[in-house]
Amino acid sequence: MSKPVATQAAIVATDEAPTYSPQVLRGLGLKVDEYERILELLGRAPNFTELAVFGALWSEHCSYKSSKKYLKTLPTSAPWVIQGPGENAGVIDIGDGLAAVFKIESHNHPSFIEPYQGSATGVGGILRDVFTMGARPIALLNALRFGDPSHAKTRSLVAGVVAGIGGYGNCVGVPTVGGECQFHACYNGNNLVNAMAVGIAQADKIFYAKAAGIGNPVVYVGAKTGRDGVHGATMASAAFSASEQASRPTVQVGDPFKEKLLIEACLELMNEDAIIAIQDMGAAGLTSSACEMASKGGIGIRLDLSAVPLREADLQPYEIMLSESQERMLMVLKPEATAKAQAIFAKWDLDAVVVGSLIAEPVLEMQWHGESAGVIPIAALVDEAPQYDRPVAALASPSQQPVTLTKPVAILPALQQLLASPNLASKRWIWQQYDRHVGVNSLSDSGAATASDAAVVRVTGTRKALAMATDCNPFYGAADPYIGGAQAVVESWRNLVASGAKPLALTNNLNFGNPEKPEIMAQIKAAVTGIGDAARALDYPVVSGNVSLYNDTDGVGIYPTPVIGGVGLLADYSQRLSMALTQSGLSLVQLGSSCDGWLGRSQYLLTVEGQEAGAPPPVDFAAERQVGELVLALNQQQRLAACHDISDGGLLVALAEMWLTGAGTDAANALPLNVQLTPDLPASDAGFWFGEDQARYLVATLHPDQVLAAAAEAGVPALLLGQTTAVAAAGGTAGETVGKLTLPDGQSITRAALQTIHESWLPAYMQG
Amino acid sequence: MRAAVVVFPGSNCDTDVVTGLQTVLGIAVDRLWHKQTHFDAAYDLVVLPGGFSYGDYLRCGAIAAHSPIMAEVKRHAERGGYLLGICNGFQILTEAGLLPGGLRGNAGLQFICRDVALQVANRNSPFTCALPNADLTLPIAHHDGNYLIDDDGLKRLQDQDQIALTYTTPVNGSVANIAGVLSANKRVLGLMPHPERAVDQAVGNTDGREIFLSLQTTIGA
Repeated sequence: MSKPVATQAAIVATDEAPTYSPQVLRGLGLKVDEYERILELLGRAPNFTELAVFGALWSEHCSYKSSKKYLKTLPTSAPWVIQGPGENAGVIDIGDGLAAVFKIESHNHPSFIEPYQGSATGVGGILRDVFTMGARPIALLNALRFGDPSHAKTRSLVAGVVAGIGGYGNCVGVPTVGGECQFHACYNGNNLVNAMAVGIAQADKIFYAKAAGIGNPVVYVGAKTGRDGVHGATMASAAFSASEQASRPTVQVGDPFKEKLLIEACLELMNEDAIIAIQDMGAAGLTSSACEMASKGGIGIRLDLSAVPLREADLQPYEIMLSESQERMLMVLKPEATAKAQAIFAKWDLDAVVVGSLIAEPVLEMQWHGESAGVIPIAALVDEAPQYDRPVAALASPSQQPVTLTKPVAILPALQQLLASPNLASKRWIWQQYDRHVGVNSLSDSGAATASDAAVVRVTGTRKALAMATDCNPFYGAADPYIGGAQAVVESWRNLVASGAKPLALTNNLNFGNPEKPEIMAQIKAAVTGIGDAARALDYPVVSGNVSLYNDTDGVGIYPTPVIGGVGLLADYSQRLSMALTQSGLSLVQLGSSCDGWLGRSQYLLTVEGQEAGAPPPVDFAAERQVGELVLALNQQQRLAACHDISDGGLLVALAEMWLTGAGTDAANALPLNVQLTPDLPASDAGFWFGEDQARYLVATLHPDQVLAAAAEAGVPALLLGQTTAVAAAGGTAGETVGKLTLPDGQSITRAALQTIHESWLPAYMQG
Repeated sequence: MRAAVVVFPGSNCDTDVVTGLQTVLGIAVDRLWHKQTHFDAAYDLVVLPGGFSYGDYLRCGAIAAHSPIMAEVKRHAERGGYLLGICNGFQILTEAGLLPGGLRGNAGLQFICRDVALQVANRNSPFTCALPNADLTLPIAHHDGNYLIDDDGLKRLQDQDQIALTYTTPVNGSVANIAGVLSANKRVLGLMPHPERAVDQAVGNTDGREIFLSLQTTIGA
C-alpha cells in the first residue's frame, strides 16, 4: 500500500471515457437505466472495475431492490431482540448473559447447477454469517424443495444436494439437526436449498460489521482468491434459461476444513481485544464486505488489490473484487493487536494479510500495483442502490371454496398411500447422511424416541436448550400467498411449542419467481404481509432473513415458498417434549380447532384424489396462540407424555408419525404398543382424518381428565381419540408380538407393515 | 489416571472426548496440539478423536498419520501407554501402522449417522473389561468405516483376540462386521463408533460410559 491516494479527478483525467454496450451491462447484471444512474452519481463514466462493483452491489441479491419496500413492514423488535435484520445474522437474548445468533440463507441457483458444491457452500456461507458475530455455531438445519420425482434431473439433484450439505456440515463439526424436504413439479427447473445456522454467543460480546478508526488496518483472512463465484450475486439475481450450464464457472467450491480452521481462529481471536469490525466475504465477495463495513461506519476504505492472496496469478482487479471464493473473512483490527492476530492465524495455518486501511473520505478506493483501479463513493454503492416499487398485479383471487368430499373414504388405504407419498414418506435416507450428534448436545434425534417437532439442542454448560425448526407449505402459498406466509409462521411456532419451547424469534427465506412480473410481486407482497401479521400476533419477530428471487426457468416460476426458521427457548431441557409414543395407557387427545375437515390444498387431496384445488386452510392467530399457550401450560404441569403438531396429512398422519417414531414399544417393559382409536369417531370421513385445519396439536397423556378439563377452562376444543395399550395387555391372541393400529371401522395394520410403507419410498426412489 | 486428547486441524470431536472423560471419570484432561513433537511420558491414556484431520481430502487419516505429534504417539504406544482412536482416530491409527488393516469408504458410498448394535467380542481388554454382559448400542457417524483386512490378518486378529467390537448386523461393509480392533498387546483400541457421544443421559444413551470406566478399572483412578 504505497502510492498516494488517487483522486477522482485523476481518474477522470487519465481514463478515456469508456462506453459499455447493453450486453456488457447485462453481463454485470445492470440494466441500461441503472447505468444512467451510475453516470449521474459519479459524474463520469466508471471504469470496468468500478462498473463491476456497481453491478454486484446493485444486484437483487445484495440490494434487496425489489423486496425492501415490503421487508420494511415486518415486525423486528421485542424486548429480547438484541439485533434485528441488517447485520450478518439476528441475535436474541436467551438469559444468563447468553445470546442465540441465527439466520437462514438460500443457495438455490448454485445448487441446481452443481448440486454438491452449491449446497455445500450454502452451508459454509450461513455458518460464516453466524460465527462472524462472535457465536459458536451449534446447529444446522435446512429446507429443501425438489422437482417432481419423475423429472429426469430430480434424483441426481437430491443425491448431490444431500451429499453436499452433509459433506460440509459433517466435516466442519456442526450437527445438522433438522430440516424438511418436499417435491413438486414447480421446482423442476429451480430446486430450493435453504440452509440455517444457529450459534451461541456471550450477549455482551457480539461482533458487528461497523468499521471505525481512520488508519486502522483492514485484514484479509482465510482462503486465497480465485475465479470461482465471479458474478455469483448477479447469477442469483437472474432467471435461468435452459442453457444455464454456461453459469457453471460461477459456482463456488467449498473447503469445510478451511472453514473449521477459520471458525476456531476467529473465535480464539474474538477472546482477545483485537477486532473492531468483522464481515465474511459472502455474495459479491470483497466488494460487499468492504463496502458494508465502510457504509456502517460512515467512513471510507482503501484496498490494495495487489496484496490480496491469489490462487491464480492473472486475476484482474474486477475479478478480485467480485470473486466469491469461499472461507474468507475481512476484518478491521486494532493496530496494536495485529501481531497477536497474525500469531493466532499462523497457529491455525491461515493466511492473514493487511490489504487496506480505513480512510476518512467515505469512498471505496481500489489500488492495483501502485495505480488507482477506481474510486467510488460508498453512498453511491450502498445508499443509492436502486429501490424498485415494481408493478404489483392484483392477486389472482384465491379460491375461497372449501373442498368437501361427501363420498365415504376407506381410511386405512388412504393412510398407507399418504405415508408412502414423496412429501410425507420418511426422510431417513436424507438425515442419516448428516452427523446429527457431534457436540453431544442434540437432545432430540430424528426417528428416535427423543424426536420432536423441532430439534432441541442443549446450550453447553447450562440447563437451557434451544428448539429450532424450518417450515413452509408451498401448496398453500400457491393458492393464496398470504396464507402461505402466515401459515409458515404459525406452523414453525407450533413446532417449537410442541417441543416444549417458548417461541422467541424467526428468520425467513423468501423464495419466489421473477419480481419483474407483476403477478410475482403480488405474491411477494401478500406473503410478506402474511408473515408480518402472524409474527406480530404471536410476538415472534423477524430478526434476520434472505430473499431469493428469479426462481424462474423458461418463464415458469416456483410456488411462493417463504420458508420460516423458528427458534425457541427451553429454560430447562427437562421440559422438552418428544413426539414418540413410549408408554401404554396413554390417552390421545386432539387439542384445538373444531376440525372442519379442511381438505383444500391438502396432501390427501393431492395424493389420493390427484388434485390441487380449493382454498388452503384459514389461519387464526388468536386460536393458534390460545391452543399453543395451553400446550405449554400443560407441559409445565407435566401432564403431557408426547406432543405433535397436526399439519401436512392431517390428524391420522400425525398419529401414525407419533407411533412410528422411536421403538414403538412401552419403554417400561419393551412390549409393543397398540394404538386403539375410539369406535364412535367418524369412520370414513376423509376431512376428519386428513383435513389440514390449523391450530391443532395431538397430545398423548396419562391424565386425560385434567387435560380435557384444562382445555375446557381455556375454551380450547378437545377431542379424545383413543389409547395406547401394550400388546400383552390388549387381550391379543396368544403369541402376538406386534403392535397394531386399529381404526374406528375395525380395520387394523401392524406397526411393522406401516413402517415399511413409510420408510420405503425414498430409498427405493434413490436406488432408481 | 492422566489423559490427553490430541487436536489435529480438522478434529471436531476433541471437545466431546475431553468433556466425556471429565464427566465420566472425574479427571482433568489435557489437549495436545498436532505440531508438538513431544509430550509428557506420564500420560496413561492418549486419545485420537474423531473429525476430518487435515480435511481428509486424501485417504482418511493419511496426512494426520505423518503429523509432527505422531512420532511421540508411537513412542507412547511403544512404552505401553494406552491409546484410543475413535472414528477418524481409528483411521489415523491404521494409517500410522499402530493397528492392522485399513478403513475404506462405506459399502453404500454414503455417510452414515445412526445408532448401531454392537457385540463385544473381547471382554477382557483394558477398554472393555467393565462392560456389562450384553450388547452395546453406540452412535456412528462416518463415511469411511469399512474395515478391510486380508484373510491372514483376520486370522491373526481372531487368534490373538484382537477384535474388540463387531456390528451385530452389516453396517458399512466391514470384514467380519468389525467395528473395533485392538493391538496385539491390547493397549491400543481403534473403533468407529463414538463412545463419547453416549455418556450423558440427556441424549438418551449412556452405553459409552463403560468403555471409559473400563480404562479406569484397568489404570486406576
